[in-house]
Amino acid sequence: MAIKDYIRERFFPHIWCPGCGHGMVLNGLLRAIEKIGLDKNEIVMVSGIGCSARISGYVDFHTMHTIHGRALAFATGIKMSRPELKLIVPMGDGDALAIGGNHFIHAARRNMDMTAIVINNRVYGMTGGQFSPLSGYGTMSTTSPYSNIDHAFDVVELSVAAGASFVGRTTTYHAQQMADILGQAIIHKGFSVVEIMSQCPTYFGRKNRLGSAIDMLEHFKENTTPIGSKAKQKNPDLIERGIFVQKKIPEYCDEYKKIIERAVKD
Amino acid sequence: MNENLKFIQGNEVCVEAALYTGLDFFAGYPITPSTEIMEHMAKRLPKIGGKFLQMEDEIASLCAIIGASLTGHKVMTATSGPGFSLMQEALGYAIVAEIPCVIVNVQRGGSSTGIPTHVGQGDVMQARWGTHGDHAIIVMTASNHQDVFAITVDAFNMAETYRTPVILLFDEVVGHMRERIFIPKKGEISLVERLRTSVKRGVDFHPYLPREDGRLPISDFGGVHRYNVTGLVHDMWGFPSDNPKIAYGLVRHLVDKIQNNTDKIARYKEYYLEDAKTILISYGSAARSALHVVENRRGRGEKLGLLELQTLWPFPHSLVQEKCADAKYVVVVEMNTGQILQSVKICVDRPERVFLANRIDGVFITPTDIRNILRLIEGKGV
Repeated sequence: MAIKDYIRERFFPHIWCPGCGHGMVLNGLLRAIEKIGLDKNEIVMVSGIGCSARISGYVDFHTMHTIHGRALAFATGIKMSRPELKLIVPMGDGDALAIGGNHFIHAARRNMDMTAIVINNRVYGMTGGQFSPLSGYGTMSTTSPYSNIDHAFDVVELSVAAGASFVGRTTTYHAQQMADILGQAIIHKGFSVVEIMSQCPTYFGRKNRLGSAIDMLEHFKENTTPIGSKAKQKNPDLIERGIFVQKKIPEYCDEYKKIIERAVKD
Repeated sequence: MNENLKFIQGNEVCVEAALYTGLDFFAGYPITPSTEIMEHMAKRLPKIGGKFLQMEDEIASLCAIIGASLTGHKVMTATSGPGFSLMQEALGYAIVAEIPCVIVNVQRGGSSTGIPTHVGQGDVMQARWGTHGDHAIIVMTASNHQDVFAITVDAFNMAETYRTPVILLFDEVVGHMRERIFIPKKGEISLVERLRTSVKRGVDFHPYLPREDGRLPISDFGGVHRYNVTGLVHDMWGFPSDNPKIAYGLVRHLVDKIQNNTDKIARYKEYYLEDAKTILISYGSAARSALHVVENRRGRGEKLGLLELQTLWPFPHSLVQEKCADAKYVVVVEMNTGQILQSVKICVDRPERVFLANRIDGVFITPTDIRNILRLIEGKGV
């Protein structure tokens, strides 16, 4: 199936700003889905609120655009009631880890089979450029006009600690790797997290003097490195990309089937 | 002994009734005094192949059942005041996205964390207006276990009929009290099943295009039709729109589908109203004490009657107006500072004749409390 068959063409052009990374994530995601060969009717996409959440409107799957931070909770109900469906949950950094932080760690812990994509552009874009829990110390935003003193989460470390059975990270610069990791995350049986570092030239870029979208993409290229690379040993400040965790642990819906068997016998 | 005869808590009755309707999905978070509902669900649901989820909070609980309802299941969650506060956001979503679900609030005493193990009825207005924006809502209650069963079944039927969340506003006394109940036989109470679309696979399906009768056929989410669901103002395809005509039409549809059916949604019981000069209006467990007073005084030949409301919202305006037309006094009996009192005053011809008999201290209102108010009204002193 061609990529364009996965989208709702009538809603294009999309609402994202020129240079925004969200379209690149959508592209990578659809390439991954195409490669796996999933049928459109098998996929449910649930999103929350924010720029990232608008992805669900553009894809021709079963789509649910919900409330801020709660996408994973809605997805949990859908998956639990229809385990045969493939659940994909794209979220922004504020959506996933500020207002949705509690749902995020508990979804990871529960290990229900679904894919959480954290599109990390380090800012609340839809509301005009406020700092998020991933902006990081020393960054500028409309709500940290004298510099941000909030420290950032490390999405990978947080996901690992919360028990996610698949954890990956990549950037919008690394388009091939993005599609590859997303594909593996979707195939993975269990709760998978993919952090995609993305650029918001309009707000984060402008407030922090990071230049154009291309400059920001270059920045991802220069400041990231594959997991365990020599470059990382030389320069510990580099951010690692790749798959950090990929383990087989009991999946929630499978386990629940056993609960039903036990209860029926009881 | 009749195996359908049970002596159980109101919370358990609610579970039995929900299962009677075909409920097979529940998500919740523990909170006094509603926890027994989720405990019984945890035990009962897997036995029938149903799904039970203990979520990380009440927000997630309501979100999860909304998701499950959309895929075609009858769903419920249960909570008390603080948890109900957390649910208001997702409640609004279910209203706007028109997703049937039942939310039980077993009310406790007080506001904030209040008096968790005591009784109150302070969530009446929150149930009506707790979630933001213009909307209509169905809120039902009951005072005894047989009625808890019937009203719970009714709540599921209404949720399916009107494609809306329905709130069951019980209270600690009804929830925790043990009382005799006959579980109705299968088929004894009629059930409303979900209206599903007849549109075939591959044919354009409009998830938000009501039929002429106002009902909205659904296609189970994740099934043969792919569509969008959102809490944003949306068109008949379920896609966001800021077109004023569409926004107007949606608000009107959401409000009218319930307000225009107020008479059909109204559930109530009446006792000795034919010739009553003093009418008590009450609901939930408070109505038990009100009924006690009425029967006691009738024994002495006094013309007292009781109108027990089981549907609180939409408020049965014309019903209350009609029943109270010839009353000299109307006394609203409730365990709050007068949340239904205000609605009653709006309905009746002489609002100055409407009085309040209440308690707000977490203690169950007694017949003596009501009698004291009656004596004051009658100028007899307490």
